[in-house]
Formats: sequence, structure tokens, C-alpha cells
Amino acid sequence: MSTIVLLALTGLGLGALYFLIASGLSLIFGLADVLNFAHGLFLAAGAYATWWASGRMPLVAAVVVGTLAGTVFAVAVELLLIRPLYARPIQQVLVTVGLAAAGVALLQGVAGADPVTFPKPGWLSDTTEVLGAAVPNDRFLLIAAALAVLAALLVFLRRTRYGLIVRAGVEDRAMVTALGIDVRRAFTLVFAIGGAAAALAGALAGLYFGSVTPGLGGSLLIFAFIVVVIGGMGSVTGSAAAAVLVGLVQQFANYYAAAGVGEASTVLLLAAVLLVRPGGLARRVA
Amino acid sequence: MTSLLAVRGLHVRLGGSHILQGVDLDVPATGVTALLGRNGAGKTTTLRAILGLVPCTGSVVFAGEELVGRPTYAVVQRGLGYAPEDRGVFSALTVAENLRLAERDRNPRYDRVFALFPELRKRAAQPAGTLSGGQQQMVAIARALLNDNRMLLVDEPTKGLAPKLVTQVAEVLARAAETVPILLVEQNLGLVRRLLAESAVDPDGAGRVAVIGQGRVVHTGGLPDTPERLRVLLGVGAAGA
Repeated sequence: MSTIVLLALTGLGLGALYFLIASGLSLIFGLADVLNFAHGLFLAAGAYATWWASGRMPLVAAVVVGTLAGTVFAVAVELLLIRPLYARPIQQVLVTVGLAAAGVALLQGVAGADPVTFPKPGWLSDTTEVLGAAVPNDRFLLIAAALAVLAALLVFLRRTRYGLIVRAGVEDRAMVTALGIDVRRAFTLVFAIGGAAAALAGALAGLYFGSVTPGLGGSLLIFAFIVVVIGGMGSVTGSAAAAVLVGLVQQFANYYAAAGVGEASTVLLLAAVLLVRPGGLARRVA
Repeated sequence: MTSLLAVRGLHVRLGGSHILQGVDLDVPATGVTALLGRNGAGKTTTLRAILGLVPCTGSVVFAGEELVGRPTYAVVQRGLGYAPEDRGVFSALTVAENLRLAERDRNPRYDRVFALFPELRKRAAQPAGTLSGGQQQMVAIARALLNDNRMLLVDEPTKGLAPKLVTQVAEVLARAAETVPILLVEQNLGLVRRLLAESAVDPDGAGRVAVIGQGRVVHTGGLPDTPERLRVLLGVGAAGA
């Protein structure tokens, strides 16, 4: 029983990381039709900025700095690289792929290819007993952060005018402009939101794994893409459900089958969902 | 007759085909102007080009301002309300959210909208995707009437509607036309005839019809008197067919 509890909470923690990356990815794709391969770089920007700041200020402040850095970076990418190419989707994808490769290389050049270690505060490595299982506290931090971001996103999408524009734009962007709304401002906004969530994921991944490498964003991005497709392109609640599913499947398969089977089984899960529901789990944005 | 909207030499090329080949069109500042033509003639494309939803060349002057080259949202903000052919209703949004999204003016005219469509008030919390076709058309027209637009572009509002609903839509358009000019694309000639008669500033709707054929306006003036003449203009069932 305690093993199952530990595996479940670890899987949920992993799913929380996936959700933080996938929610922004999904909104950006759903609204702006941008397949953002540079999303992992937003994560890396957040992680390295947090690492840089953690030596200079309290950890919480460092995470805030990291999140802000990812947000600013994502907005800059949208305004300078993505925006001029909205009429040319293939070039747009190439730009995000190129940016991801160049960004990782740049990080390696500046911070080195070796992992940089994150300071892990004592309270985060301590364990809390849940149903007989000693669960490290970092899992709870990840889950709480993802729940907070999910709640904030839902409030934004359901209660604000820009949230309304995003939900409508995911369905029919041209009609939104035909109502007199400059939908491109919403594009910049979803990049900011996606960048912030991914950067927070980067900071939390650093705390969780104890270290980060320049390539961390890229490897997590693969699972985030799987989550986005399973959840339904453009749906935040779908991403949340799919992230939980993928995190749990991966964790349990890795433990009960063999190490590495978890990663493969997420792809099987993806195939199964696509066979049964080609549009993904969700039909609505929020 | 001074026109509020003047289209000159409008060309649209999409996917290798030359859809509009120099459309000239004038829409006066009052009443209903009907744009007729058979399927594929370019009626919808003309409306979409005016709104900047498809790339075009030529000139579209609205209230003295050139619109070609402006982004769609800026065109609409000049005071053009649009109810598209497929209704363009956001199915995952509720009726109230569809209307709220369309609010542009400081004081949106919900009084006017709910006076014309009392049903929409009752269905405010219902997702628009679960509405009937007629109700969705009401939402589409309501969104255009919510703001004090200077002109409405309405594309086939009665397409696929039951006869009773067609009558209702006609009444709404006739009432709306009392305050705002409407450029109407419609296949239902009975409806066009009725609207032209009701909104006639000049008797028998002279000058209120433009017929598009093969990417050009081939007839302007009144609605032709005989069905045969109209069929020839529309290029359907021409003599002997």
C-alpha cells in the first residue's frame, strides 16, 4: 500500500510538471496555431534564471525571478520571431526549432554542459507520512504549484475579457477579428502565460531533480507534447487530466514493469487515445 | 445618390483562382441593398474582402476612408457589423458570452437586442453550440446589432431555416434597416423583394440590387420584374434550359 501511495504521489508530481509545460503549449497552439518547439527553452530560461538568482536572494524570490525571466523571454520571442511569420506557418515552426537548438547551445556555452546543482532546502527533502508512505515534500510542492496555476488559468479563461477572447479565438480566430477585436494581443498574452508556466516548471524541476541541464526542457517537452495531444489541442482542463494520466502511467509502468517501460507506455497511451478519441479527451478550452 | 460604401475594381485571387474580377458596388446610407448571384459567383467573397478577411486589391471606401490594407478588426471598428454565412457563433461559449465578446461600444444596446430577440435573454446561459440553427442566426444578428454600427453586412441569414423562422428574420432585418443600412447577401428572392419594398426609400427599390456573375457586378438597379429576366442575370436556367 505504501508503495502505491508513493508511486501515485510521485506520478502526480511528475504530471504537475508536465501540466505546467503543456498548458501553455496547448493554449499557444490552440489560439495562434503555433507549434512551439522553443517552449522547452522557456523552461530552461526559468530554471537557469532561478539557479542564478538562488545564490543572491531567498529561494522563493529566486523562483519569482526565474518565472519573470521566462515570461519576458517568451514575450520577446513572440514579438520578434513569431509575429512576423504568422502568414508563414512552416517558417514559423523552423524558427522555433532553430531557436530551441541555438538556445540550448548558448546555455551550454555560458553555463556549461554539466548539470548545475540547485540548493534544496531541508523542508523540501523532508518527508510527510501519507497512509503509511514516507512521501518527500517536493511532490506536494509540485502538485500545489500545478493546482494553483490551473485555478488561476481557469479564472483567467472564464472570468476575464481576454480569457473570453482566448476561448473564442481557439474556436474561430477569424470571427474574433470580425467582431472588431485585435486577436494578436491575445497571442502575446498566451505566450506570456505559457512562458511563465514553463519557467515555473523549470524552477520546480530544478528543485525536484536537484539539478538542471541545458537539455532538460527538450526532454520534458516531448512528454508535454504527448499530454497536449491526449488532452485535446487548446484545452487547459484536457491538459490537466492528460498530465495526471501520463504522469501516473509513466511512474507505475516504470516501477512494476521495468525501468524505461514508463516512457514507452505514454506513447502507447497516446496511440490508444488517438484511436478512440482523435480530438483528444477534451472538447472545450476551460 | 451618395454611397456610404463604395467598392471599386475589387480583385480577389485565392488558391490560384481569380474569384473577384473587378467588383464595383455602391451601398447607400439607408435601407437594404441586396447582393444577388448564384452559388460561387463571389457574393460571400465580396463581403469578406470588404472586411479584410481575404487578401484583395482595389478600393473599398467607407464613409470617406480607404479600408483595403487595414486589418479586419480595424475595419470593423469603423462601424461595420458582420453576420457571416455560417453564422460564426462560438459553440463552446454561452449565448451571453457570445454577446459579451461582441461588445465594442461603451453602452452596448442590449435593450435593442432583447426587444428583437427576447428568447436570447432566456437562453443566456446556454452554450451556443446547443442552439438550433435559427437561434444561432439570432445570436449572429444580435452581435451585429449590439453596437451602433454604421452599416451591417449580413450573409445569407435565412440559409437552412424553417419558413416560420425566415419570416422572423425578415422582420428583424426590416426593423434594423430603419436605423442602419444593410448590405444583404441572400438567395431567397421572396425575402429580398419584401425587404426592398419595406425599406424602400425610393419606390420599388430601384438601385437597391446588385447581381454578381463570374466575379463581376453584371446588373445594378431594381429587382428585375420578371423571373425570367432574373434567371438570365443570375446565369441559372437561362433560355431553353
